[in-house]
Amino acid sequence: MGEPTILLELEGIIKEFSSVRVLDRVSFGIQAGEIMGLIGENGAGKSTLIKIISGIYQKTDGVIRLGGQTTEIPDYITAKKLGIGIVPQEFNLINYLTVYENIFLGSELHKGLLLDKGAMRSEAGAQLKMLKMPLDVNKHVSELSVAEKQMVEIAKAMILDARILIFDEPTTTLTAVEVQTLFDLMRKLKQKGVTMIFVSHKLQEILTICDRVTVLRDGKLVSVDRVEDLTTQTLAKKMVGRDFNQVFPDKIDSTGKPKILEVESLSSGSVIKDISFNLRKGEILGFAGLVGAGRTETMEALMGLRKAEKGSVRIQGKTVKIRSAKDAVAHGLGYISEDRQGKGIVMNYDIPKNISLISLKEKYLKRGLIDKTKEDEASEHYIKEFRIVAASKKSQLRFFSGGNQQKVYLSRWMDTDPSILILDEPTRGIDINSKKEIYEFIHRLAEAEISCIIISSEMEEIIGMCNRVYVMREGRMAGCLEKEQVTEENIVFQATGIKKV
Amino acid sequence: MGENKIVSYFRSFRFKDHSLGMAFIILIVIATFVGWPNFLKVRNLTNILRQISYTGIISLGMTLIIISGGIDLSVGSMAAFVGGISIFFLNLFGPTSTLGIVLTFLFALVLGSACGALNGIMVSKFKMAPFIVTLGTMSIFRSLIQYFSNAGTILSVNMDYGKLGSSMFLGLPIPVWCFIIVGLVLHVVLNHTSFGRYLCATGSNEQVAKYSAINIAIVKFLPYVITGFTVGVTAVMWSSRLNCINPSDCAGYEMDAIAAAVIGGTLMSGGKGSIIGTMMGAVMLGIINNMLVMGGISAFLQQAVKGFVIIVAVLLQYNNSNK
Repeated sequence: MGEPTILLELEGIIKEFSSVRVLDRVSFGIQAGEIMGLIGENGAGKSTLIKIISGIYQKTDGVIRLGGQTTEIPDYITAKKLGIGIVPQEFNLINYLTVYENIFLGSELHKGLLLDKGAMRSEAGAQLKMLKMPLDVNKHVSELSVAEKQMVEIAKAMILDARILIFDEPTTTLTAVEVQTLFDLMRKLKQKGVTMIFVSHKLQEILTICDRVTVLRDGKLVSVDRVEDLTTQTLAKKMVGRDFNQVFPDKIDSTGKPKILEVESLSSGSVIKDISFNLRKGEILGFAGLVGAGRTETMEALMGLRKAEKGSVRIQGKTVKIRSAKDAVAHGLGYISEDRQGKGIVMNYDIPKNISLISLKEKYLKRGLIDKTKEDEASEHYIKEFRIVAASKKSQLRFFSGGNQQKVYLSRWMDTDPSILILDEPTRGIDINSKKEIYEFIHRLAEAEISCIIISSEMEEIIGMCNRVYVMREGRMAGCLEKEQVTEENIVFQATGIKKV
Repeated sequence: MGENKIVSYFRSFRFKDHSLGMAFIILIVIATFVGWPNFLKVRNLTNILRQISYTGIISLGMTLIIISGGIDLSVGSMAAFVGGISIFFLNLFGPTSTLGIVLTFLFALVLGSACGALNGIMVSKFKMAPFIVTLGTMSIFRSLIQYFSNAGTILSVNMDYGKLGSSMFLGLPIPVWCFIIVGLVLHVVLNHTSFGRYLCATGSNEQVAKYSAINIAIVKFLPYVITGFTVGVTAVMWSSRLNCINPSDCAGYEMDAIAAAVIGGTLMSGGKGSIIGTMMGAVMLGIINNMLVMGGISAFLQQAVKGFVIIVAVLLQYNNSNK
C-alpha cells in the first residue's frame, strides 16, 4: 500500500460574514475512500465549511483542490457535477412529490421534451436496491418516516455518482436503531469507494464510524487525528478547549422548595398527550427528548400559543386559565423560543425596539406615546448586564451574531419581570463564550428565585445544568430523573425506549 | 460644539439613507427647469397639492396596511360608494342645513371605517388573502353604487356643501389641510404608539409578534379601518368639490395610493414604512404629472410614466434590502 491519494484538499480556507471571520485559515486533506469525521461545537464552523465544499457558500479566501486540481465551486449545481453530494441536516424534500421525483429533482431524465418517468422510476428503484433500501419509489415523501426521508436524501445525493458524500449531522433526528442502519449503509458505500465527510458533535458516533477526525473550534483547525489515537475524553477536550466542568456553574439543589408551577394532563391535538410536571421555586428544570418528542409543543400549549384541549395549570397553588401569550405573560411566564430568527427577534428592529416589544404598554408609555428616552435607558442597562456587543444600540438585529441576538432576546423577556422562564434550546447556534455567559445567567436567575425550564437536545447542557430532568418521548412523558439518575445513558434510554445502543 | 455636530452629521451622511429626500429635491429642480416659470408659481403649487390630496389621504392609510403585510384594492370603489351614499344622506337635510353638512362628514367617516372594517374582518379573523378579499369588495362597492344611483350622477341639493371642498383656509385648500392633518396624526401613530410598534413587528414577522404576546388579529384589523376612515375623508372632499358623485368616480385610486407608499419607501413585503415618505411620494407623483402636462407630453402617456416610476422605486428598494 503506497501513499494514500488525497481526493479533496483544503488550503487556508477563510470565510467572513460581514467582516466577522467564521473560518480562519482551515487546511486539511481528505483521502480517497475514507470516512472523515468533522467535529466541533455549535458555531465552530463545521456547517460553514461543508457549505463551502458543496457550493452553497463562497469562500472569502483559500484554495480547494479536487483530485490535485485547483477547483472553484461557485454554486450547488457545479458541486453536483463535480461529484460532491450532500445529505443536509434539514431535509430538502418536497412532500407532495413521490420518492423517485424527489430523487431526480433538479436532474430529471428527459425523452425529447418530456420527462422520462419510466426510466427515472427504474433507475431510482435500482439505486435504492443497490443501497439496500426497501422503499417504494411511487410513495409520496409525506408518508415516509424521518429515517426513510434521510434514505431518499442519500439516494438523491448518490444518483449522480457522487464521489464525495457529505453527511451534515445525520443522526440528530434518528433513533438508535436507525443510526445503526445508517452506519451499515455508510460502510457499504465505503466498500464501493465513496469518500465521505461525517459531521457531528456526538463523540461516540464519530469514533465508531470514521477513519480520521478533523476538529474545529471557533473557526480554526485544532487537529486531524486517526480515531485509533483518540478516546471520547481526549476528543471532547479538543472540541471544547477546556473541561466541561469549567463551562457549567455549580448545580442548584431546590429539593423541598415550594412548587411554583404544576401542570396536569396537558393535551393538545395529536402532538402531546397527558403531560404532567411540576417546577419548584428557583429550580433549573431540564426537559430532554428527541427532536419531535413534543417538548416545544408542551411549552407552547402552556404559554397559550397552541390550543390545549385538556389539562390544568396551577401557578403558586392557584388554578389559572391561559388562553393567549398575553395571559401567560400576565401570570409571570416567559418563553424563549428555539427558533430565534423565526419566532424571536424582529430582524429590522434595533436593540431598544426589540427589548421593549412585550413590556411596551406596561413600562414605556407616557400619555399614550412611547417614552423613547426611557426605552434607551433600559436597553443600555441590558447591554451592560448581558455584555451585548453592538456597533450601536440603534443598529438592526440582522447584523448581529447569534450570541448577541440571543442576549437581546433574553433581555426582552427579562424586561417582563418573569417568575418562570422557559428557555427552548437557549444556546443553539451560538459561540462557546456566549454559551458560558448564558449558563451563568440562568444560574444567577435561579439564585434570585426565578424558576427556569431548559429544553435542550444537547445532553451535556441538560446534565451540566439540571438537578431534575423530565424526559419526553413521542408526545408523552417518559419519566423524570433526579440527581444521580441524571446521566446520558438514562436519558437516552427513556428518550428512545431502547435499552442500550 | 454645535459646529462639530454639523461636521459629524455630514461626515456620517450616506446618500443611501436619504435617497428619497435626494430624489425629491432633484425632481423639484428638474420640474423648475421644465416648467419655467410657471411651475414655481404659488397657484400651480397649490394646484398640485390639491390634485394629489384626494389619493394622498388614502395613501396614508394604505401605508399602514402595506406595513402590516396586506394590500387594499377596494379604496377607489369604496370612495365612490361612501361619497354617493353620503350625498343621499346629505339630501335628507334640505338645501341650507349646515348641521347636515357636519353630520354628513361624520357619517362618511363612520361609513368608510365600517367598509374598511369589513375588509379587515375577512383578512384578520377569517385569515383570507388581502388581495382576494379587497378585489372582491372592490367589485361589490362599485356595483352597489351603480345600482343605487341607477348609473347616473348623484347630485347634492345642499347649496353650501360645495364650499367645503373648494374653499381655502390659510392659503391652502381644505383637502390639502386634511392630507396634512391626517398625515401628522398617522405619523405619530406609526412612530410613537405601541400600536405602530406592533404593526411593524407583525408586518416584519408575524410569528415573532405572536410569540411576543401581541394580539396580531387586532393589529392586522385596524389598518383597514383606518384606511376606511381616510377613504371617508376623501369621499367627502371629492364629492363636495363637484357637489355630486358619479358612480364611476375615483377609479384607479388604489393604484395612486399604493404608488405613493411604495415611492415613499414602504416595503411591499411589509414591516417597514414611513408616513412622511408616503406624503413625499404622493407629492412627487403630483409633480411628475404636472411636469408632463407643462412639458406638453400626451395625457395618455402619463399613466405609463407613473407605472415606470413605481417599477424603478421597487427596484431600488429591492437592491437596497439585499445589501
